[in-house]
Amino acid sequence: MKIAVTGLNNVDNPGPGVPVIRGIREADDFDGEIIGLIYDALEPGAYMSEVASRNYLIPYPSGGLDIYFERLSQINEIEKIDVIIPTLDAEMFAFAKLKSKLESIGIKTLVPTVEQLTIRGKDKLFSFCEKYNISAPKNYLASSVQDLYKLPSELKYPVVIKGIFYDAYIANNFDEAESYFRKISSKWGYPIIVQEYIKGSEYNVCALGDGEGGTVGAVAMKKLFITDKGKGWAGVSIEDDEIIDISRKVIEELNWIGGAEFEFMRDEETNKNYLLEINPRFPAWVYLAVAAGQNLPHAAVQLAQGKKVETFESYEVGKIFIRYSWDLITDIKKFEEITVKGVLNNE
Amino acid sequence: MENYKMLNNVAVSENGFLFLPGTGESFTLNEIGRMILEYLKEGNSSNEIIEKIAGEYDVDETVAERDFNDFINQLKNFRIVDAI
Repeated sequence: MKIAVTGLNNVDNPGPGVPVIRGIREADDFDGEIIGLIYDALEPGAYMSEVASRNYLIPYPSGGLDIYFERLSQINEIEKIDVIIPTLDAEMFAFAKLKSKLESIGIKTLVPTVEQLTIRGKDKLFSFCEKYNISAPKNYLASSVQDLYKLPSELKYPVVIKGIFYDAYIANNFDEAESYFRKISSKWGYPIIVQEYIKGSEYNVCALGDGEGGTVGAVAMKKLFITDKGKGWAGVSIEDDEIIDISRKVIEELNWIGGAEFEFMRDEETNKNYLLEINPRFPAWVYLAVAAGQNLPHAAVQLAQGKKVETFESYEVGKIFIRYSWDLITDIKKFEEITVKGVLNNE
Repeated sequence: MENYKMLNNVAVSENGFLFLPGTGESFTLNEIGRMILEYLKEGNSSNEIIEKIAGEYDVDETVAERDFNDFINQLKNFRIVDAI
């Protein structure tokens, strides 16, 4: 069996590909090959010989779905891929739209539907939460600076100014809000999300939905060390039934299929949990879930193949991950291989 | 004086390392801190604990009570103990 995985960019804002592969490889019944799909010739995971047997350069999905599919088909002719597990936000819509075309050439994927991806969008999540009685910070969509003058009365400064795809800043007054509005809109476009600021601590859940409303597994984590990019560089598995239950409820209401990361903010005064975001893929810390007893990446591969998977009911609390950096030394020939031929053979 | 109990989900090791499985927070306790939590775990009342500390460290009970109350307030803030 051949499983292709994306997101081998193990940099300071790492993609989840390497930990996903680590989980798949550690499954007792895994007997196959891993193929890496990379967007950049310097994605570190491609050079780690224990990660993928071969790595192929692919174009960004923003370059057009036809070109994207053509390259995947080309690779498939060589490799005969059984399953692709996409792991990056930016490629989810592409894989959702190409799902049936990929199946027609024999490749199965595990990806949320276009509708699911749309509902969990930063601009739509608040309405979804309101409908299903899930606590979420109040939201207001601003398409122009003028809209900032018309903030609803329940939104008081400080507020969080968020981009539709990325970036978030805390604005303490109108001047700061305006400045962040311009900064984010020039980079990520409109609308800009003006969100109620909840003071507290962030908690995360890594989960897998089976597409029929069921949760295959879910593990809660508290970040112990956060980088200047806001990424967790160390974290610990925790016991928190409430955020696990909220995550299960969302998966049930959406019939969510695939990996997901749920981000919560716990109000430091009321202890109430607010759902901040749903990321439509496994987080980069997914290997902590594997180490705590829930091999969700392996279960995802099984689900993609249409196999019945057993649900995980518990996990070990108090498992810690600590990420580290390591200078991998290799030969320029490897870089040449991937740059010129578009493939890097690690065997 | 109010009495306290340790919340169920608090784990304290022999070295005085305290881990809250619900929040992921951890603390390091000194010897007296570890001892107070041990006494709470055994079900001692606040007065009994103050008496034991005063005896153990040869300090005035008023001083022991003040320090005990300071420590208990910190434990309450971190939701490690609750009044009973």
